[in-house]
Amino acid sequence: MSTLQTASGTTGDGSRQSPPTHAIEGRLATPRPSVDLGRAPAADEGIVVKSRAENLSFYYGAVKALKGLNIEIREKRVTALIGPSGCGKTTFLRCFNRMHDLTPGTRYEGSITLYPDNFDLVAKGVDPIEVRMRIGMVFQKPNPFPKSIFENVAYGLRVRGMRSSARIEEEVEKALRRAAIWDEAKDRLDSSGLSLSGGQQQRLCIARALATNPEILLFDEPTSALDPIATARIEELIAELRDQVTVIIVTHNMQQAARVSDYTAFMYLGELIEFDNTSKLFTNPSQKATEDYITGRYG
Amino acid sequence: MHATAAAAAIEQIRADVNRRKLFDQMFVIVGLLVMFAALLVLAVLFIDLVQKGAPRLNLDFLTQFPSRKAERAGILSAWVGTSLIMLTTAAVTMPVGVAAAIYLEEYAPKNWVTAIIEINVTNLAGVPSIIYGLLALGLFVYQFKLGQSILTAGLTLSLLILPIVIVATREALRAVPRTIREAAYALGATRWEVTAHHVLPYSMGGIMTGMIIGLSRAIGETAPLITIGALSFIAFLPQSPFTAEFPFISFAWLKDGFTAMPIQMFNWVSRPDPKFQVNAAAAGAILLGMTLLMNGIAIWLRYRFRKRIHW
Amino acid sequence: MIERTQAAASLRPAGLGFRKARDRVVESFLLAAALVAVFTTLAIVVVLVRESLPFFDHVSLSDFLTDTMWTPLFAEPRYGILPLVAGTLVTTLVALAVAIPAGTLIAIYLSEFAPHRLREIVKPALELLGAVPTVVYGYFALMMVTPFLQKLIPGLPGFNMLSAGLVIGIMIIPYVASVSEDAMRSVPNYMREGSYAMGATRFQTATRVVVPGALSGIAAAYILGISRAVGETMVVAVAAGLQPNLTWDPTQPAATITAFIVQVSLGDLPHGSIGYQSIFAAGLVLMLMTLVFNIGGFTLTRRFREAY
Repeated sequence: MSTLQTASGTTGDGSRQSPPTHAIEGRLATPRPSVDLGRAPAADEGIVVKSRAENLSFYYGAVKALKGLNIEIREKRVTALIGPSGCGKTTFLRCFNRMHDLTPGTRYEGSITLYPDNFDLVAKGVDPIEVRMRIGMVFQKPNPFPKSIFENVAYGLRVRGMRSSARIEEEVEKALRRAAIWDEAKDRLDSSGLSLSGGQQQRLCIARALATNPEILLFDEPTSALDPIATARIEELIAELRDQVTVIIVTHNMQQAARVSDYTAFMYLGELIEFDNTSKLFTNPSQKATEDYITGRYG
Repeated sequence: MHATAAAAAIEQIRADVNRRKLFDQMFVIVGLLVMFAALLVLAVLFIDLVQKGAPRLNLDFLTQFPSRKAERAGILSAWVGTSLIMLTTAAVTMPVGVAAAIYLEEYAPKNWVTAIIEINVTNLAGVPSIIYGLLALGLFVYQFKLGQSILTAGLTLSLLILPIVIVATREALRAVPRTIREAAYALGATRWEVTAHHVLPYSMGGIMTGMIIGLSRAIGETAPLITIGALSFIAFLPQSPFTAEFPFISFAWLKDGFTAMPIQMFNWVSRPDPKFQVNAAAAGAILLGMTLLMNGIAIWLRYRFRKRIHW
Repeated sequence: MIERTQAAASLRPAGLGFRKARDRVVESFLLAAALVAVFTTLAIVVVLVRESLPFFDHVSLSDFLTDTMWTPLFAEPRYGILPLVAGTLVTTLVALAVAIPAGTLIAIYLSEFAPHRLREIVKPALELLGAVPTVVYGYFALMMVTPFLQKLIPGLPGFNMLSAGLVIGIMIIPYVASVSEDAMRSVPNYMREGSYAMGATRFQTATRVVVPGALSGIAAAYILGISRAVGETMVVAVAAGLQPNLTWDPTQPAATITAFIVQVSLGDLPHGSIGYQSIFAAGLVLMLMTLVFNIGGFTLTRRFREAY
C-alpha cells in the first residue's frame, strides 16, 4: 500500500481496501465504504474529489428525511441520484446549496465538505448565501425571470458586483454558448426570457447558472417538464458539460441516468443503498434493492 | 302489472323533481332581482345627483369659493384641499404600507411578534373611521402640536387606509411564484436583492391597484376630517407648493387649515335652503364620479394584470 | 422590450459583507414600518382612555350607563349614554334587516347558481356599490329615501332612523355578500357532488349542504357587517338628525354615538372642555362595542378557513 498524500501533506484518513492512486492536487479519491451495504466505486486514475458528504442527516421538523448519507462527488464528472418517489434524492440535492434554509424548521447533521478548501457547507454559522455563490442549481420547471434573455444571464454576475458592461456582455455570450443556446438567442437578447419555448427556457436557466462559474452545478430533474426532443438536447448538453463542470443530477428516469452520468447513487427511504460507476450499477448492481429498482419491480 | 307500477313510479319521480326544480327557478329569479335592485341603487343615485346638480355643474362651480349665496358657492377650496390631502396621504401610505407588507410577507419569522402585528393589521381594518379622527385629535392635533392642518389630515387618512394597502400589497407579493424567488436565491442573491430585483418589480401592478383602492376610500372619508377640525367655510386656499424663488418647492401648505370635498358636501346637505341642495348634489356627483373612476381603474388594472405575466 | 439599463440600479460593490450589512439595515426599516400597525392600536387605546379619564372623574359610571338623557352641553348637563346606544342599536338593526337577507341571498346566488361570466361582472359592480362615499349615501337617504318613505308612512319626520338604517343596510350588502360568498366557495366540491348524486336540486344543495357547511363564515360576515353598521357615521349624521333621543321606534329621529361625536366636533372644541372629553368617552364605548364584534367575527373567519 503506497502512502497516500494530500496537498496539505497529511495522510489519507483511515481507509480500508485502497487500490493505489497517485497524489494530485486536491484530495485523493480514497474509496470509503458509504454504508455497510454497497461498495464505493473503484478509484479512477487522476480523479479528484470535489465534495464529500459525511454522515449527512436532514430533518424536516421532527421527521428524519435523510439518514446518515456518505457519498463522494468527483470533480468534473456527472453524478446521478436515482430512486423511487419520496426516497430523498431531491432533499439531498437541495442540501448542497442550502435551499432548505428557506423553509423554517429544518436542520442538518453531519457535514458536506467542499474541496480544496475543506469548507463544510452545512456547518452552523455558515451563510447559505456564501454557499449559493459557489454552487448553482437548475430547477425542474424552467423558471427564467420575466426579464430579457440578456438580463437573465447577467443577473448572477451583477449580484456578484460585476460592473463593466463589456465584461458582462462577454460572460453572457460565453454562458449562452456553453448552454448551446447562443445561436438561437443572439438575435433576440433583449426579448423576454418567457418568450422562449420550454426547452429553450431550460437552456437559458442553465446558461444563467453557468455564467457564475459554479464549483458544482445541481440539476433537479431538469427534463421532467420537457418534451422528448428538448429532453434529448439537454441530455446532450449535460454530457458536453462533463469535463468542464462538476454535476450532480437528480432524475427519476433511469435511462437518463445511464446515458449522462459517470457515477450513480441509488437512494431509498432516505438512505443511500448503493453508489458505483454508472455502468457497473446498471449492469451488475451489488444490492438486491438496486436490482429490483432498475428492473422495474417497484418505483 | 309490473310495467304500469314501474311507469307510475317514474311519473311520480318526475313530478317530484319538477316541483323541486320550481324552487330552483324561483330562487334564480329572486336572486337576480335582489342583485340588480342593489346595483340599481347605484345607478339611481348617480343619475339623481347629476340631474339635481346639473345647474351647478359648470366651470364656475370648480373655481369659486364657498359663499353664503348658493348660486355663487363653489368647491375650489374643497377640491384643492382634497388634492393636497391625498398627496400627503399617498406620500405616507405608499412607503409605510409597502414596507410593512414586504416585512410580513418576505421577512417575518413565525413567532409571536409577527402574530401580534398581523392581528393588529386585521383589527385596524375594522375600526370605525371616526375613531381614527379621535386618535388624530388627541395625538396629532394636541400632543404633537401639528394643529388642524393638512398634514394632520393626511396622516390620519394614511393610518386609516394603511390596512387596505398592506393587505393588497401582501396579495400582490404572494402572487409572485416561489420558483422565481428560488431561482434568484440559487444564484446567490440576498433576501433584499431577491425582493428588490424580482418580487417588487413583478408585483407593482397589484401594489398600485391596492394603492388606488385605498386612496379612493380616503377621498370619501368625512368623519375623521370633521373630528380633527376641518372647516367648511374656507374662502382661501392653502399656500402653493411652488414658490418663485429657490428651492421652488415649499412645504408651508402642510400647516394650513383646510377643507375637503366630502366636508363641503356635508355642509351643504345640512342646510335647509333647497338651493344649497343643488350644490350638494353637484358636489356629490363629482365626488361619486371620482370614486367610481378610481375604483374602475383599479378593477381594470387588476383584471389586466392577471393576464399579463403568465408564469 | 426590457431595458438593459434596468439592471444598472442593481450594481453594487462586490463583497458579501457589505450586502449582508445592507440587508440587516433594510430589515430594521421594514420591521419599523410593520410595527406602525401595532403602535396605531396602542395609540388609539391610550388616547381614548387618557382623554376620557377626566370625564369619568366628573361623571359617575352608573350615571353614564343608566341615565336616560344625553345633554352634556346644556346648562344642566345629563350624561347618560343610553340614548346614543339606543340610536346606534336601532339603526344597526334596521340595517341588518336589509343587509342580512339581501346579502345572503346574493351570496348564495353568486356562489351556487350564477354562470361564470355573470359573476365576473356582478362582483366588481358590487364592489363599486360598497365604495360609494358615505356622505353621498347620507344625501341619498335624506333626499331620496325619506321622501319616498314619507309617501308610504304618512307623518314620517324628515329625519328618522328608518331611512338611515335602510341606506346603511344597502351600503353593507356588498360586504356581507362577499364574505359569505367566500365562505360558501370554500366548501369543497365533493360535498356538493355528494348531494347532487342523491338527486337533489341546486337549491336544495345550496340550502342544505353548502350553507350549513359555511355557517361559521356566514356568521362572521354578519358580525363584521354589524361592526360596520355600528361604526357608520355620515349616513346617520345627515339623515337621522343629531338629537339624542331614547326611543326604539325607528320612525323617530335620534342620534347615534358616532353622530354625536360629529355634532360636537362641528362646533368649537377647546381642549379639555367637558364637550371635548365627552366625545372621547363616547368613542371609548364605540371602540369597545366594535372590538367585541370584530374579535367575534375574526375568530369565526379563522375557524371556517381552517376547517377546509
